[in-house]
Formats: sequence, C-alpha cells, structure tokens
Amino acid sequence: MNNNNVIEVQNLTKMFGDFTAVNAISFEVEKGEIFGFLGANGAGKTTAMKMLIGISNPTSGKANVAGLDVYKQAEDIKKNIGYMSQKFALYDDLTVKENITFFGGIYGLSRKRIKEKSATLIEELGLESVAKKLVGSLPLGWKQKLSFSVSLLHDPKIVFLDEPTGGVDPITRRQFWELIYKAAHQGTTVFVTTHYMDEAEYCDRVSIMVNGKIEALDTPKKLKQQFNVTNMNDVFLKLARG
Amino acid sequence: MKRFIGFIKKEFYHIFRDRRSLFILFGMPIAQIMLFGFAITNEINNIDIAVLDHSKDATTEEIIHKISASKYFSINQFINKESDIESVFKKGKVKAVLNFEKDFSKNLIKNHKANLQIITDATDPNTANTISNYVNAILIQYQKELNKNISIPYQIVPQTRMVYNPELKSVYMFVPGVMTIILMLVSAMMTSISITKEKELGTMEILLVSPIKPIQVIVGKVFPYIFLSVINAVVIVLLSIFIFKMPVQGSLFLLGLESILFIISALALGILISTISATQQTAMMISLMGLMLPVILLSGFIFPISSMPLPLQVISNIIPAKWFIIIIKGIMLKGVGLQYIWKETFILLGMTIFFIALSVKKYKIRLE
Repeated sequence: MNNNNVIEVQNLTKMFGDFTAVNAISFEVEKGEIFGFLGANGAGKTTAMKMLIGISNPTSGKANVAGLDVYKQAEDIKKNIGYMSQKFALYDDLTVKENITFFGGIYGLSRKRIKEKSATLIEELGLESVAKKLVGSLPLGWKQKLSFSVSLLHDPKIVFLDEPTGGVDPITRRQFWELIYKAAHQGTTVFVTTHYMDEAEYCDRVSIMVNGKIEALDTPKKLKQQFNVTNMNDVFLKLARG
Repeated sequence: MKRFIGFIKKEFYHIFRDRRSLFILFGMPIAQIMLFGFAITNEINNIDIAVLDHSKDATTEEIIHKISASKYFSINQFINKESDIESVFKKGKVKAVLNFEKDFSKNLIKNHKANLQIITDATDPNTANTISNYVNAILIQYQKELNKNISIPYQIVPQTRMVYNPELKSVYMFVPGVMTIILMLVSAMMTSISITKEKELGTMEILLVSPIKPIQVIVGKVFPYIFLSVINAVVIVLLSIFIFKMPVQGSLFLLGLESILFIISALALGILISTISATQQTAMMISLMGLMLPVILLSGFIFPISSMPLPLQVISNIIPAKWFIIIIKGIMLKGVGLQYIWKETFILLGMTIFFIALSVKKYKIRLE
C-alpha cells in the first residue's frame, strides 16, 4: 500500500443480472494526479465511476477512495469528493450567486466561507458582470466552467469529472483544461472520463476500458511507445478493435 | 438543519420563478372554485320556454302567468302552430314547449279535465327531467287553489325538509370536491414534476453524490408543497365562506388536520410517481390520468358512488379522495366531529402510511 494513493481499486466488479458491466478492474490513482479514464460508450466507465462516488454498490472487489471504504464509508467519501456530470448540472433558474450559495450550503460550508469562496470564484472566472443573472442565460462554456468550480467549492481531495467537455468548442475546452491543471497543481486529484483523445494527451496517466475490462494503463507517452503509434487516437483504435 | 433550510429556499426559488407552476398553484384554485361556484351548477334558473296556446282563455293565461312568474322559467316566445315546435327546438332557443289543448277552460269546467302537453328538449336529460318536475309542481299548486273548497277524503301531505343545505346550493357540493382536486393536483402532480425535473436535468445525481441524505432531498422537495397546499386549502375555505356564504359547521382545527393528512397521502403518491417516471411529461401524464381522473369520476365528487355499477363501487374504495370527500363534507356541511368520521380517517391514515412505505422502498431501489 502506497500512502500517496487516493484511489485504490482491486478486482472491482459490477454485474447487472448476467451482464458484467465492470469486470474485475484494478488500479491506483496518486494524489495530485490527473487520471484519464477512457473507453468507448458502453465500456463501463460511468458504471465504474458511480461505484467510486458511492451511488452504486459494487457486486464484488475492493475499493478505497480518499482512504475510505466504498462499502462501509460511502457517506464519508461524499464529503471528500467533488463531482461534475456529463449533463450540465447547475440550476438554470437560479442566479450564479444563488447556485454557489446553494451548493456551498449542501456541502455544509459556513455562511462566511461561502461568501469568501463565491467572491474569489466569481472573480477568477470573470463572472462579475453576470453574478446576479440566471445561469440559464449564460453560454454553455461559461456554465461548464462554473459547474467545475462549484464542484471544487468544498475543497475536495478528489474531483470526478464525467465527460465534462461534451459539446463545447475547442477554445473553451482548452480553457477548461487550464482550470483542471490549476486544480491539480493545488493538490486536488482529478479523475476524468472523456472520449476526446486529444484530451487524453493532457492526462498524467490514462486507463483504457474495453468491454468492462481495463486493457491498458500508463502515461500517454509510454502507451504510444508500447503500441508503436504517434497519437492516443491510434492507441485507442488498436485496443478497441482488439 | 442549515443544509435543509438552504434546500427549501432553493425550492421556493424554483416555484416562484416558474410562471407555469405559479399559475397552477395560485391561479387554478381560485379559477376552479369560481367556475364551479358560479358557472357550473345543477340548479335551473330562467329556463327559456315557448308556449303554444290553442285556447287563449282565462285559465291558460293564469297558468302561463304563474309559470313565467316563477324564477325557474321565462317565456321566450309564443308560437301559433304545431309545426313550429320542432323548429324552435332546432334553433335551440327554448328548452321546453307548453302545448295547451283547444278549449282548455271549457274542458276543465265541463269535463273536469283538460290537457296540457309538456315537451322538453332531452338532449340534456337531467335538465329535461327537472323542467318537467317543476312545471308539474306549479300545476299541482294551481289545482290546489282551484279546489280550495272541496276536501279530498284521503290525503297524504309530504313535508319535505332539505337538511344541511336547505337552499340546495350546488356550491355546497362543489367546494369539498374542488378542495380535494386542488390538494391532489398541487401535492401529487407538482411534487412528482419537481422531483423528475431534477432527474431530467442531472441535478439529482449531483445531489446524491453530495453529503446531503436522500431522505433530506425528498423531504426538502415536498416541504414547500405541504406549505403551499395548506395555504390553498385556507384560500378555498375563505372563498367558500365569504363569497359563497357556505359556513363551515364543524371544527376548523379538525378540518385542518384532516386536510394535512390528505396532503401527505397525495405527496407520497407524488413521490411514488416520480420514482416510476423518467421525464416531467411522464410524471404529468401519470398524475393526470392516474390521479385526477379517478378523483373527478370515482370519488363521489360529481357522480354519486351508490348509483355506479358494482365493480366501480369497489374500485372507488381504493381512492383516497373518496374518503377525504366524505370526511370534509361531514365536517363542513354537517358539522360532525371525529366520532362520526374516525373510520374514514383511519382508512385514509392507513393508505397514507402504505403510500409512504411503498415510495420509500421504491426510492431505495432506484438509488441502487
């Protein structure tokens, strides 16, 4: 056991009836790492992630998140992680400030802390002019950046991002990744699923899931060497085609 | 607790910023009670009738005068020949035609018998029936006046008294029904829609990943609707007291408690609906088809349960609204206390507990 690991997974399995969605996967994620969790649609990424964030019970195997057991301490895990889903998930009919206050509130932040946090967050994202506008009126790119910042509001040890950049333009994606780097730099571990292969290059390490199993796990550089290709896209294609 | 308050605050933002839900919450109850109270009514007033008077003598004139003097009828027109009868009905101008035979007065004096034909438009059977009954009643009254000096050897004199609603106002029947519908609508439909909305938007997932407990999410979502339903119930009772002059005979406190019990059972149904529907539209359709229709048709609100076919009578028993209507009719109109309605209350309580248990179970399965 390495004390620097914030996620440790051993033979984690999830079955739905006869169907094995996640088949005995094992991996570790280190503190401060940007861990890319790749796979085609239906490969089992989301199911695996749901077990780690405590909203789905594993069928078998072991998993520790932030040093806590997913079976027994799911409630404690929730306090230590942030989550942003592929669906945009702030409230459209609340203003930027109200959203921040609400999510700060459900994570149990004090009123004073919420005030400080929301002031810095709005300043960092350059949202001063729209702080009192309904989130529904913002462009998607802004909403996603806001959503990410909200998931970091309670300073979680790990943040889980489920296809966070779906449907946004390349420039916004680039800016979004700058936010991810910044969070990782400040010591937050980032666990991100994506199917944009250029994004995989930005990760410290990536795992590639095919049909419920992890078929490859290493740094992008070593994976490219191993498969003797020049980019991650080709690594993925080689694996997915079997 | 602080989390919970923040949650409820957010819920009120949702409600007050959505015009559609605001309308359902506050416009609908008032609109419905006004509609049922003023526009939709079983009473007949100022029904237009036509008269075909073949004799035009003193007696027919007197009868016509009596009929037009009553508040139920107004004489729309006089027609002159039989063939006009059909045409006035077809034009839809009148609901009934009175056809006095030739030599009405003469026949009455000579033969002690004269014929008056009452023809009614039975496209609306209830009205047709009522019209013929009312005309008959006026005729009987008139006959009595004619026979004042003659005593009939055997007489049965019915003495009718309409208790609890002596003026037979239909609003007395509608207020409890409308209150039931509104509470059902606000509590069950609005909650199920607001919960499925979070599922649809993906915010429910975010909430489940946060440290806030699922039970807190659900209670937080239903709490504003309990509050708003209670306000609605109060508004409806106030409207019925001050606008329709329908006094609440029984204890307001008991009425309040029973209403809260019904609200909770409707909320539990709303949660149940939200666990089985993935989108807001589905939730709305299930609420309308599965809850509203039975409440309107099978609860005894409009159609008396005792005259339904047996299978429907049996089905009506599983509708919480049926029991609630019996309870509030008892309290509002008859002024009864708990000793008369404990059985219904008990059934409603049992149903509420059952729905809550079922929705908690279903909700847990969903989380898996």
